[in-house]
Amino acid sequence: MQFTLEFGGGLELLCDSVKIHKVNINLLNDSDILTMKDLLSWVRTNLIKERPEMFMKGDTVRPGVLVLVNDCDWELSGQLDTTLEDKDVIVFISTLHGG
Amino acid sequence: MEAKNKKAVASRLCCLCNLRRPVLKRPKTLQQICRECFYEVFEEEIHQVIVQNRLFKSGERVAIGASGGKDSTVLAYVLSELNRRHNYGLDLFLLSIDEGITGYRDDSLETVKRNEVQYGLPLKIVSYKDLYGWTMDEIVKMIGLKNNCTFCGVFRRQALDRGAALLKVEKLVTGHNADDIAETVLLNILRGDIARLSRCTSITTGEDGPIPRCKPFKYTYEKEIVMYAYFKKLDYFSTECIYSPNAYRGFAREFIKDLERIRPRAILDIIKSGEDFRIATTTKMPEQGTCERCGYISSQKWCKACVLLEGLNRGLPKMGIGRPRGVNGDHNKETKKPGSVAKSIESKQCGSLDF
Repeated sequence: MQFTLEFGGGLELLCDSVKIHKVNINLLNDSDILTMKDLLSWVRTNLIKERPEMFMKGDTVRPGVLVLVNDCDWELSGQLDTTLEDKDVIVFISTLHGG
Repeated sequence: MEAKNKKAVASRLCCLCNLRRPVLKRPKTLQQICRECFYEVFEEEIHQVIVQNRLFKSGERVAIGASGGKDSTVLAYVLSELNRRHNYGLDLFLLSIDEGITGYRDDSLETVKRNEVQYGLPLKIVSYKDLYGWTMDEIVKMIGLKNNCTFCGVFRRQALDRGAALLKVEKLVTGHNADDIAETVLLNILRGDIARLSRCTSITTGEDGPIPRCKPFKYTYEKEIVMYAYFKKLDYFSTECIYSPNAYRGFAREFIKDLERIRPRAILDIIKSGEDFRIATTTKMPEQGTCERCGYISSQKWCKACVLLEGLNRGLPKMGIGRPRGVNGDHNKETKKPGSVAKSIESKQCGSLDF
């Protein structure tokens, strides 16, 4: 499945200062669905190059990191349980930098 | 699948207009709202805060403390919008401080310069180098990475006042948001700083000083500010200051964010707690006066900036760090005057958080 991942608000610094990543992720196990939970663990392993604690806390994003799936607040779609579809656009924005 | 779709559709309308797909869950109310309704309530609530607290008078010149970051960028955008829409009759300006931090402030100032054009607001930049003869880079070279945030915070506070005086404005607005204020309430409790605790929740401060400051975002959640900037594609700068690993404030911030995740109202409730504290009349508060050297407000003989500057210029950078000593006498001269508005100008460490 193809996704567009966008990092903003300073989070791009954790992945080589690249804001937009077009990625291809194969379904992990045999299940035919991919959730945000799966995506986060993939991102942590494959995209985050430094200070992962700035991005994640436990198995979810660090409080203060906003997540949008197709420009919609992930709090409306079930957060970690949000089911992803091919070509979804997922945006991560840190609110923790500067004023 | 059928059931799932139905469920999705049922919960998939904005609970304000009942027409469009919601894009955001409001932390303040937990309402699910669409983009158009979000813009409307976001702007309208700020307008109500401005009106109810009588923040401005028609014809006033107002400077917006602009760092190029999310809060001040959204503030500049929203305030110029509301000024037009509701005929506030304000002359708005952008005021930026150049601390002289290569790779951080020089970049963020580029953002402010673009904002000047985008929003049509005249920009004034005042620099530490011009005001004090030192850039933060030079200060850090001399004192290292300890206490540098103290210098920066103290200098910034005065620099904003001086810049505001140069612009001949009647008021200065800053982008401090609800999360910032909750965090500061907590920090002041942790530090036992009663003087600041009693004033950090005021929407307007310094009314008896040269230039009052106010915080139109006092009740605005950081999440909504960032969402607003994202949806409106506002141009802001977001890099951590290269010199600021302020651990103590960082912990407080993280704690607030953890609380918010469990119960978003916690932020407003902490602000409410801060507002409702009553300071015992027996509490000693610093007495307000003016600095003998530069005339700036100070509770001591010399203001904090002058003490720090003297230390730098004499090669004794530890001077003025920690509890007052040296020029200002061996003891903390804090005395009585219960209830008097405390105004020691030693600033909050770090970042753009001056209260």
